[in-house]
Amino acid sequence: MPNRFVFLLAALLVIAGVARADDYRLRALRMIQNDFQAKGQAGLDRLETDSLQHVCNKYSDKPPAPLLRLVEADQLATVKYPADGRLMGDWREGEKIAQSGRGFTWTDKPGLPVGGNCYNCHEISPRELSFGTLGPSLRNFGRNRGNTPEMRQYVFSKIFNAKSFNACSAMPRFGYIGALNEEQIRHLVALLLDPESPVNQ
Amino acid sequence: MADPMKIRAQMKGDICDIKILMSHPMETGQRKDSDGKVVPAHFIQSLSVDLNGKTVISGQTGTSISRNPVFGFKVKGAKAGDKVTVNWLDNKGDKRTDEATVG
Amino acid sequence: MRQSIAIVGALAIVIGSLCGQAAAKDAATAEFDKFREVMEDSNPAELFEAKGEDLWQAKRGPKQVALAESCDLGLGIGVVKGAYVQMPRYFADAGKVMDAERRIVWCMVEKQGFSAEELFRTPFANENFTPEPTSLVTYVAGASRNMKIAVPISEPHVQDTYQLGREVFSFRAGPYDFACATCHGEDGKRIRMQQLPNLAKKDEAIRAYQGWPGYRMTGGFMLTQQWRMNDCFRQQRFPEPRYLSDTVTSLLTYLTANANGNVYKGPGIKR
Repeated sequence: MPNRFVFLLAALLVIAGVARADDYRLRALRMIQNDFQAKGQAGLDRLETDSLQHVCNKYSDKPPAPLLRLVEADQLATVKYPADGRLMGDWREGEKIAQSGRGFTWTDKPGLPVGGNCYNCHEISPRELSFGTLGPSLRNFGRNRGNTPEMRQYVFSKIFNAKSFNACSAMPRFGYIGALNEEQIRHLVALLLDPESPVNQ
Repeated sequence: MADPMKIRAQMKGDICDIKILMSHPMETGQRKDSDGKVVPAHFIQSLSVDLNGKTVISGQTGTSISRNPVFGFKVKGAKAGDKVTVNWLDNKGDKRTDEATVG
Repeated sequence: MRQSIAIVGALAIVIGSLCGQAAAKDAATAEFDKFREVMEDSNPAELFEAKGEDLWQAKRGPKQVALAESCDLGLGIGVVKGAYVQMPRYFADAGKVMDAERRIVWCMVEKQGFSAEELFRTPFANENFTPEPTSLVTYVAGASRNMKIAVPISEPHVQDTYQLGREVFSFRAGPYDFACATCHGEDGKRIRMQQLPNLAKKDEAIRAYQGWPGYRMTGGFMLTQQWRMNDCFRQQRFPEPRYLSDTVTSLLTYLTANANGNVYKGPGIKR
């Protein structure tokens, strides 16, 4: 076969392949919209993807670089900092908040905040052995990165809206959705950054 | 009449290994249902195992045994082809008898 | 709290204590795995297999017909052996790809005349109640014990459903931005101490398939894959998937086909 023809054929196949993938996605979305029902506090509005979810779904969690920056800046803009500028609370309270947290499922009583349940995904205090590995270990976080105003700002922002620094992160946007309030986030900042916290021992 | 038991009786060398799966709610009388009402006690009180018509094991069971209990026994003096009969009686007077052949 | 004890010979249940490394908690998992191995030899699920067999054989419903003489699970009317591990599959008479539970309920409604509304009202078991489809699924699953999983993936309808299932698996939504893949899309992860198989991978998908339907020790009842999908979506903070819906079937097609070739050991046991 002449080279040009092979090239054209290959291009068409690629386009067809991409078109087929988009086709499945569209059909799957329609199927999903059809197949769910509201239950408890979990309404059908939860299936309406916001701009962040839309981008991450469209690009299978790997959006192209310029779009990535845009999305992250967008998410960072949602962070609400405490009016008094105080970003650190009590690490003891932080540990309690990291341990507990249920809510948002259709068997949970509605009402916010619901807590972070950070141990589901992270190693945090060395005293807690029952921790998940979906997220990185946070051991020695403060010791390694320093308890500076910049770091406090970063940690607060990250917990409020994790997508600010990694657009398609697996971590939920706890502050943005109201799962954690300002006070709770402050305590978590202390858990990670306070030199007295077991995390940094 | 309650649901049938599943009985397995297998020769392992010269020991007969008997496993019995019983279908029973085994309520202790201490559990409360979702309406807050106490679920009445309903549990197997006694059980016996016969080999070719002769009782080889008999005993009383109490409320600490879980729902759908599994019992295992090792019996000497049995051979393939023997008949194993298991009987149970519960606190409400309900009973069940099932058989199996030793394999 | 009642003790939950199975008296099997000299079985002792040892739960590792929470001292030392995180490996200690994995010791608890290892002990439960040993317990599970012994229990699988006399799994209370067998009681539900027996019950399911009775339901399969009996003439029932407004049409007074037995499933044994009317229901085709893909290998011919009344053929149960090996059918479970070859589903989901396409059924021309229904015009749909169906998983085992969906097909069984379809047969109950179409062949026996049972009310679909009734069956959809209470689809899942609890301490006080086991729906008939659950016992039937357990019976049918038991009849595929020790057989290789063989979803007919090259059949066009099944292939199509598989691709849709793959899309559902990676769909992020809800307040937590979770997709199935968020927890089940990477190797070697766990949530607290619960190991998370990477279900997108061919050699790990078996870890999700094996053990279902499963007898839950806590409470003493059977749960099926349809229940498992339902509860996953609950934990994802999604609204509820409709029982026996295309979305659930497509997911089950994706997950089961990924486990093709592995041997299914029959109904399992859960904590």
